[in-house]
Amino acid sequence: MSDRLHIELTVNGAVRALDVAVHHTLLDALRDDMDLTGTKECCVVGECGACTIIVDGRSVNSCLMLAVEADGAEVTTVEGLAVDRRLSPLQEAFLETGAAQCGFCISGQLMAAHFLLERNPHPTLDEVHDGLSGNLCRCAGYGQIAAAVLQAAERGAT
Amino acid sequence: MHSFEYARPATIAETVALLDEYGPDARLLAGGTDLLIELRDWKIQPKVVIDVKRIAELAPAIRRVDGRLSISASSVMTDIVEDTEVQRHFPALAEAAVVVGSVQIRNRATLAGNICNGSPAADTSPPLLVYRAVVVVVGPAGTRRIPIDDFIVGPGVTALARGEMVTAIEVPFPDRPTGAAYTRLTRRWGTDLASITLCCGVEAGGVTRLAYGSVGPRALLVTDETGVLADEDATEDDKAFVLDAMFADASPSPRSMRASPAYRLAMLRVLGARALHTALERLSKELVP
Amino acid sequence: MSATGVGSSVARVGGFGRVTGTQEYLADIHLSDVLHVKLVTLDCSRARILSIDTSAAEQVPGVRLVMTAADLPQPVPRFGPQFQDRPVLATGETKYHGEPVAAVAAETKDAAEEAARLVRVEHEVLAGGVFSVADALDPASPLVQDPALRPDDPLAGTNIRRQHDFGWGDVGAATADLVVENTYQFPMVTHFAIEPHGFMAAPDGDGIVVWSTIQHPFLLQKIIAKLLDLPLSKVRVVAPDPGGGFGGKQNPKYEPLLAFMALRVDRPVRLILTLDESFQAARRAACEVRVRTGLRADGTLVFEDFEANFLAGAYVDIADRVVSKGSYLAAGPYRVPAVRILARTLLSHTTPSTAFRGFGIPQVSWARESNLDEAARTLGIDRLELRLRNLAGYGEEFVPGDTPADGRWSQTVRKAAELIEWGAPLAPGRGRGIAIGLKSGPTTGLSYSTVRLLADGSATVFSGTSDMGQGARTVFAQIASQELGVPLDRIAVVMGDTSVVPYDQQTSASRSSVLMGNAVLRACRAVQAQVAAIASRLHGVNESEIVVDGGVVRLPDGELPIVDVAKAGLGRLGGEITGHGEMRKEAVPDHPLGGTAAFFEFNCTAVELEVDEGTGHIDIVRHVTVSDVGRALNPIQVAGQDEGAAVMGLGHTIMEHIILDEEGRIRNLGAIDYRIPTSLDLPRQLVSASIENADGPGPYGVKGISEGALLVVSPAVASAVTEATGLVIRDLPLTPQRVWEAMRESVMETV
Repeated sequence: MSDRLHIELTVNGAVRALDVAVHHTLLDALRDDMDLTGTKECCVVGECGACTIIVDGRSVNSCLMLAVEADGAEVTTVEGLAVDRRLSPLQEAFLETGAAQCGFCISGQLMAAHFLLERNPHPTLDEVHDGLSGNLCRCAGYGQIAAAVLQAAERGAT
Repeated sequence: MHSFEYARPATIAETVALLDEYGPDARLLAGGTDLLIELRDWKIQPKVVIDVKRIAELAPAIRRVDGRLSISASSVMTDIVEDTEVQRHFPALAEAAVVVGSVQIRNRATLAGNICNGSPAADTSPPLLVYRAVVVVVGPAGTRRIPIDDFIVGPGVTALARGEMVTAIEVPFPDRPTGAAYTRLTRRWGTDLASITLCCGVEAGGVTRLAYGSVGPRALLVTDETGVLADEDATEDDKAFVLDAMFADASPSPRSMRASPAYRLAMLRVLGARALHTALERLSKELVP
Repeated sequence: MSATGVGSSVARVGGFGRVTGTQEYLADIHLSDVLHVKLVTLDCSRARILSIDTSAAEQVPGVRLVMTAADLPQPVPRFGPQFQDRPVLATGETKYHGEPVAAVAAETKDAAEEAARLVRVEHEVLAGGVFSVADALDPASPLVQDPALRPDDPLAGTNIRRQHDFGWGDVGAATADLVVENTYQFPMVTHFAIEPHGFMAAPDGDGIVVWSTIQHPFLLQKIIAKLLDLPLSKVRVVAPDPGGGFGGKQNPKYEPLLAFMALRVDRPVRLILTLDESFQAARRAACEVRVRTGLRADGTLVFEDFEANFLAGAYVDIADRVVSKGSYLAAGPYRVPAVRILARTLLSHTTPSTAFRGFGIPQVSWARESNLDEAARTLGIDRLELRLRNLAGYGEEFVPGDTPADGRWSQTVRKAAELIEWGAPLAPGRGRGIAIGLKSGPTTGLSYSTVRLLADGSATVFSGTSDMGQGARTVFAQIASQELGVPLDRIAVVMGDTSVVPYDQQTSASRSSVLMGNAVLRACRAVQAQVAAIASRLHGVNESEIVVDGGVVRLPDGELPIVDVAKAGLGRLGGEITGHGEMRKEAVPDHPLGGTAAFFEFNCTAVELEVDEGTGHIDIVRHVTVSDVGRALNPIQVAGQDEGAAVMGLGHTIMEHIILDEEGRIRNLGAIDYRIPTSLDLPRQLVSASIENADGPGPYGVKGISEGALLVVSPAVASAVTEATGLVIRDLPLTPQRVWEAMRESVMETV
């Protein structure tokens, strides 16, 4: 019953062409149509940040974007952080500080941190807390996540 | 979510034509941070969703036009927060924009979308009221400019007629030194919908403009021309007395689960006094030669 | 201790998957041919179901099944970990807001959603209901459950599901110089794991496979087997690492429904709950506690008298166990000559409550510790002093007939006091609070583990524990690495599949380091024993002269790595050396809880804060949490869990509560109006510390962790608020509005 529209977008450096239902979100398309399940679904109202990705250089909640809006866009998901299976400095830092507990929020935290460090390569702790305040974590006290971001910044993550 | 037609017009004219044709069966899609939630909840079931982000005439832009700062309809909160003109001349607007949701929300949510959504708790309403913003609207009959106080009519209701859309919000550069501050009441320090929104602006010459929201169907603007609020020699009690009267039309909903009416009414006074204090501090910095 | 073994902060096993997005959570598992399920619920808490018309729903293209209670075996099967009271689908009546009355299975999520909206449930909304403790105790209230469900229970005609009486001594005869009596409220809160619950089921030959975010895979297996009348051997439960559990995923919710659907439609079915549905599916038991504390003038405790009423919900789930286990320790880790505890499990027309980190202890501790504070203030005794004076000493049987105090608890308390600088001058407008919490670990338990030392010297550990973020995989790998000398990156830990891993009772009660840890340890010892036999054979040495431990085989004339001896012994054919380990804690027949505590989680929390006297906002300057952990097998993981527990405790202390309307519907479903702490809501300083005396029953002296730091955040914060402002607040959460209201009331009182 739903219309399908053709879109073309670049995801993690690779051009993807696909037909998407017009009312499906970009989160739906990533997970269900493009088999990129690293981006997670939780609140679907843009509060928890589990679905955070980068679209055209900005961090966004993919649950609040229609897939069709991403036509022609450049998208980076968590799967695009590592290069040839080599972890990015940010991912390494997350491992070293023990930032990931259950891990479900971590994809979103990484993308939010990625965006933060690109614009602010040497954030203060307050700026890290502020920059990642759109990413909820229920396992941790946010301390090890913040420590990871600061550690990555120190090592020149970008 | 119900399905719908998706339109992606390239010009304002095309968009106006679509809006005129579909009337209430069309919804504009800018940042989508409000619209997608409504769609997902089945609160609305439009026949067509019109994506305005490819309209070149509306591309994100904040620029000076004839003594006003013009914020195009596609400008997002992040753009507004980071714009040096906004920071310099309309700091209370930047203060409001920076608390709209999270970084991710601000990277998408447009100012135009925020005011068209017409939430009584919209953070941007009070500063726009204090700063005398004007909404530029284009429709089948042409262009008109609607003062912000006349634009938001009630919860979710704007003054837009059939076929009309917002193309820009213009804020006149203050013609005299002004100190303004935005503050709000929330349940936590993390992203939250405000239980009170409040902006206080004091102008050299002693006029104080106070706008507040989330305590009634729409944000209200009240002006004090007695000069008491701006008077350094007035006592806190004198000011409290004047402020108190300015909140007379607040009518917080007893059904709200975010805050009780009594708490909201009391906090209007507390936050009003604090915002006034900050506004005065900022004004005095403006006045230093 | 090696750099990668026990006691070191090695990188999390499974960390790589989590930082690359490749970790497969339940919703990421792709089953071909799967049908998507959508639940049909009503917008009310109570309704009599008159009829269900599924015809329009069935017309939607792609719909394969619309299931109602009528499609299930009759009478509708019921299940539950304690009582079999929960029907697979609502039958006759819905009992809480969100109870499913039907379920659709369709080829696509869109079709399922559309069809679910078209199912017409003709129903009569029933006015009123049981939504509070007062409602539940009122004899005039409607009965939540049919009395016929418990025909031999004298309480069947009430909404009291069970009543528990604990205690010792004679409270009535006790004479105290001061008696402090108050009533405290603990609200309904929900787990809000970032991963919503998810379930799948598929026919599997003449059996079934069920996937779930479940914390207790073997319990689920047992329940499904019973409901479907299948042997355990034909029921396979696959339990991927959950994205957070906190107790909300311990017990089955909709797996039985999906199992019936899968068999009915003979295809795999999949249901991922929305966050709103997760809120409707699981919560903590709200509680009202009336406590009387009797003391002598010098602060010595004379008696504690509790009446604790827990609002369990429409179905008991594990809530009655929460009530009994939590209330049993209501008097805390103190020396109290006379204790009386009356605790009730109350039914209500609300979401069934379930296990939630702390398991009843946060609720009773909120009351007990706050009451102690009031006593201290009245007697003019320092709140820290009062606690230390009454604190049970190591080895003291502070609960007669139960495990004696298993830690040097005063050490924990003094450490917290030191870290908060208790007694140092306070800046104006600030207050400090301190509180002590105690929870028992498991009272019975059974865990098995298998460890396979492979031909190339690598190893696999099999464990039925659920790693939902607490780091169980890592700890077990560290134990195996420590014992067998296998480097950590050559150890695989297999969990989460009942067809593959041996039996484990459950993951709860902070039990896994101790119970499963010991099982893993014993499995390693079994491998070591076989390696000793190999060494004896290869080197012609008597086994009695061989010691195998810490990764090494010690012969009379030298040492060899276990791995080398194993490889040599396995020889050309290769193979493997398999060890099985079992850790069992038997039930104690006459014990009120069925068994004594395996260990205790002891925590001291202290905070310093200031209150915005204009708005009521609480600003925590420093939050200290110290736990008695026995051994920190992985210090970074311990810190992560403790900090997380502390912040979760802050959540229910200052912002979280489920809001019901007058008709029992949840008003604040979802993330926008149910507030949990964000990175901007943290204390300015959060300090966690562990006391390690290696005095636990687990491997290397470990005790359990993960719940301690949450237990007494509330009374510590409230106590500090009292010192800062003079306000005493006995209802949680301490939202800014509530604090402001208390300020206003106290002003009005003095006028």
